[in-house]
Amino acid sequence: MRLPRDTTATARGRHTGLVDNLGAAVSVVIPRHTQELDRVVVRFAGDSGDGIQLTGTQFTSVSSVFGNDTATLPDFPAEIRAPAGTLAGVSAFQVQISDHDILTPGDVPNALVAMNPAALRANLELMMPGGTIIVNGDAFDERALEKAGYQSNPLADGSLAAFTVYEVPMTSLTMEVGKEVGVKPRDAERSKNFFALGLVSWLYSRPVEPTIEWIDRRFAGRPQIGEVNTKAFRAGYNFGETAELFESNYQVRPAAAAPGTYTNVTGNTALAWGLIAAAQLAKLPLFLGSYPITPASDILHELSKQKHFGVRTMQAEDEIAGIGAAIGAAFGGALGVTTTSGPGLDLKSESIGLAVALELPLVIVDVQRGGPSTGLPTKTEQSDLLHALYGRHGESPVPVVAASTPSHCFDAAIEAVRIAVTYRTPVILLSDGYLANGTEPWRLPDIESLPEIPVVFATEPNHTDPDGRAVFWPYERDLQTGARPWAVPGTPGLEHRIGGLEKAHGSGSVSYDGANHERMVRERADKVAGVAASIAPVKVDDPDGLGGAELLVLGWGSTFGAIAAGVRRARARGLRVAHAHLVHLNPFPENLAAVLRAYQSVLVPETNLGQLVRLVRAEYLVDARGLAKLQGLPFRAAEIESAIVAAMASHSGPSAGAMFASTTPSAPAVPPNPAVPPNASTPSSTAVPPSTAVPPNASTPSSTRGASNR
Amino acid sequence: MTDVAVPTTRKDWTSDQEVRWCPGCGDYSILAAVQMLMPELGVRRENTVFVSGIGCAARFPYYMNTYGVHCIHGRAPAIATGLAVSRPDLDVWVVTGDGDALSIGGNHLIHALRRNVNLTILLFNNQIYGLTKGQYSPTSEQGKVTKSTPFGSLDTPFDPISVALGAEASFAARTHDMDRKHMQEVFRRAHAHRGTSFVEIYQNCNVFNDGAFEQVTGRDHRAEMLIPLEHGQPIRFGAEGQHGVVMDSDGSLRLVEVADVGEENLLVHDEHRAEPALAFALSRLARGPHEPTPIGVFRDVDRPEYGEAMGRQIVEARQRRGSGDLAELLASGGTWTVG
Ligand code: SF4
Repeated sequence: MRLPRDTTATARGRHTGLVDNLGAAVSVVIPRHTQELDRVVVRFAGDSGDGIQLTGTQFTSVSSVFGNDTATLPDFPAEIRAPAGTLAGVSAFQVQISDHDILTPGDVPNALVAMNPAALRANLELMMPGGTIIVNGDAFDERALEKAGYQSNPLADGSLAAFTVYEVPMTSLTMEVGKEVGVKPRDAERSKNFFALGLVSWLYSRPVEPTIEWIDRRFAGRPQIGEVNTKAFRAGYNFGETAELFESNYQVRPAAAAPGTYTNVTGNTALAWGLIAAAQLAKLPLFLGSYPITPASDILHELSKQKHFGVRTMQAEDEIAGIGAAIGAAFGGALGVTTTSGPGLDLKSESIGLAVALELPLVIVDVQRGGPSTGLPTKTEQSDLLHALYGRHGESPVPVVAASTPSHCFDAAIEAVRIAVTYRTPVILLSDGYLANGTEPWRLPDIESLPEIPVVFATEPNHTDPDGRAVFWPYERDLQTGARPWAVPGTPGLEHRIGGLEKAHGSGSVSYDGANHERMVRERADKVAGVAASIAPVKVDDPDGLGGAELLVLGWGSTFGAIAAGVRRARARGLRVAHAHLVHLNPFPENLAAVLRAYQSVLVPETNLGQLVRLVRAEYLVDARGLAKLQGLPFRAAEIESAIVAAMASHSGPSAGAMFASTTPSAPAVPPNPAVPPNASTPSSTAVPPSTAVPPNASTPSSTRGASNR
Repeated sequence: MTDVAVPTTRKDWTSDQEVRWCPGCGDYSILAAVQMLMPELGVRRENTVFVSGIGCAARFPYYMNTYGVHCIHGRAPAIATGLAVSRPDLDVWVVTGDGDALSIGGNHLIHALRRNVNLTILLFNNQIYGLTKGQYSPTSEQGKVTKSTPFGSLDTPFDPISVALGAEASFAARTHDMDRKHMQEVFRRAHAHRGTSFVEIYQNCNVFNDGAFEQVTGRDHRAEMLIPLEHGQPIRFGAEGQHGVVMDSDGSLRLVEVADVGEENLLVHDEHRAEPALAFALSRLARGPHEPTPIGVFRDVDRPEYGEAMGRQIVEARQRRGSGDLAELLASGGTWTVG
């Protein structure tokens, strides 16, 4: 944490009447000093039944409304209710709030709120010495300690000596509140997360009213529960203010943001809204066929709520039926969409191939998670890229688009729809668990400025047969886009049959002719490759202009925030680093070749074993190097920074080895750079010298060899 | 479909594609029955879609001069569902086979039936895999010797009507490829039904399973072996109507001689019974197409149609909330303003 800017401590008051009137606002203001921070990372952790996600989301929301920039990382277990008090059942929510624009939920929490021993144990390894830990002291009984696997009580055995620990009897104080309201102790106990929220709200000087209003709204149907929650929240806040436990509290000032109207949005919600917007822009009815799967289900939920937009949603009997129904709807002239995650993408492969052959518009949304097989349902990963590109039999190319941030899911959805309907092709849109559930403030777009997506249905015959009759050829292509006409049932005279069998060029009749097959394979491939002509060039963030930096970091998808933050940090060390981030993975933007060749070294961080790096090496013959992380979590900015430092340190050294590095083969990632405190935010600072203290990824020799051997 | 269609002939419904089933295949007579029926239904070609999966039967859409999709194995009901619910103005037909509908696509079939999507499903049952050249199918009799079961098949076959009824079918019927008039009557009823209509058609594969239904559908056997189901009529069969069906007190059905029990004691067929037990019992009457077998409409009941219900939810949502406003939607999570 930074040294406080405001060190004028005022006289400390004494708390009065704390326990006897917990529910009421304490009127005695006890001034202590408030330290200003430019950013702070808070992590809430508890049992999956403790309402941790709700607590974290509300803390974020208040901070956003207050004007901070925010970025979140929900981290919850796959089991809906693992046994209470166990490590498997721990749910966590991390948020970074800041007075300047930030890109990630933060590497290391400044404060951890642990509602029980398991939550403490599961999250302690994330903390750095000096960090703040607030625990619910009531939860640290012998049984709970045992369940969490503690031999002795960490609150008593000195093992937390490196941290500032606050032990607060949250359960019992909340029960007191419940007694006042007159609810059963069991129900009262469930409000303890609101006590925690109140306490943390005080600790970081969050405004109180928005949360109280939110509780009123949310529990309008259950006023008694609402009352307990409100009082528990106030009690937590007042506890912070009045108890002599805390030296001081903190303030994070609003960030300077571009003028506009903002909302907080998760990737899944933004994606659902993007689909609705795209349907309006294309003037097509939206049809979603989907089977519930983590972490994609919230898109189905969101779209199911929006029937008044004319959205049809169908919860199908399985993944295959979900995409099948979407294909059927597309044949009928609707915008057909299916949403899924990895295992579902496997099942949809055959149907995607059908859509490739039928050449109908279709959007397949894959919210990636850890694989293979059931893998890590609630954890994020980017390991479906090659699957999206190549996971079908035959030559079966599809355009692939990836979202970079939660709010970018909105734009990415519109882009996927644009490509699908313009080129009459299935498009795979990649999101992932981190984007799906993470939030960020989003400056709402001006609806009027969103470009229309023109769709023209065929209404007339398009070909003359040898007898001079006007006929309709379903595979007569548009000369510019290569798209075939979209003639929907109900159009007289254009009756036609299409199918999965190979079709004769133009007429679309079944054809087993070899030469025709090759022609059709090439036409489909050319059509998809031709999408490149319609996409924006990839932007390069290079302060020295294109090719100015020594190293280019190339990313795609949800690594955007971590890479951009890591690059900032590396620049703060005086390193010359550029960042380019791909939205289009197939086809690549036309300028990508020139961009890659403009740099001596290219580093490609991915939460997979190196899929994009493989593609760019194969496609462009550049000696790009990968950086892999597969821990179910996004990269930390520090990991990217270390990899950049390592790559540049070894840049002139001897070269040998494989093309992939890794953050580490096992847990905690790259050791933090001692020269840069992990929580110091130094986007503008330049004083930090390039450090020799950063071990060049010691555990992975492959990362130390130079990247200069073209 | 509300306006009157221009009169058409069979020729209008016939595509320019050469029909490529084996000579003598039962599929030809089914195709002819459908092509000849369409003009009578007074529907429009452009509003008619045939959707199929994979198998011999699945070539059907290519031969109909309508809109058509020949999709992938087993998935036709799913694809047709998406089309039918988003385009309630269309007549959507699904043409499938015993392997396509009951093996690889079993899940889609039962869920289409359960949802009661407005589809007409024609299942060509030939008790064999024809396209892949003669493996046993889920309707093949147990012990069937085929290339994949040289020592006889081990699994118990499905009865398609029983499966459909178990899946909450609102319309289930059986016909056969040897009787065009009967086929057309059943197809007409199936087409008129709102919801999923399921029709099993006994279809002879003369190459890989010739004569599978001969014992019941053969010209010389029909009278004695087919039990025509007629709504509101006592169930009887035989050249003179001398045989009949009675229901015993335990609910089981039994074949009798009418002379023995008296006509008044015969079971009277009721297509519209809310509970499917009677229809189900009838579907179990024959253990295979070698015993007297009921044909005709087993069940025809009114049940809300899925696409219509989905459309109604949209109308109701619009009545409540107005047509969706995008700006309002984007702001629905709460907003704050900067600058
Ligand atoms: S294999 Fe059998 S079902 Fe298929 S076309 Fe030939 S005769 Fe007909």
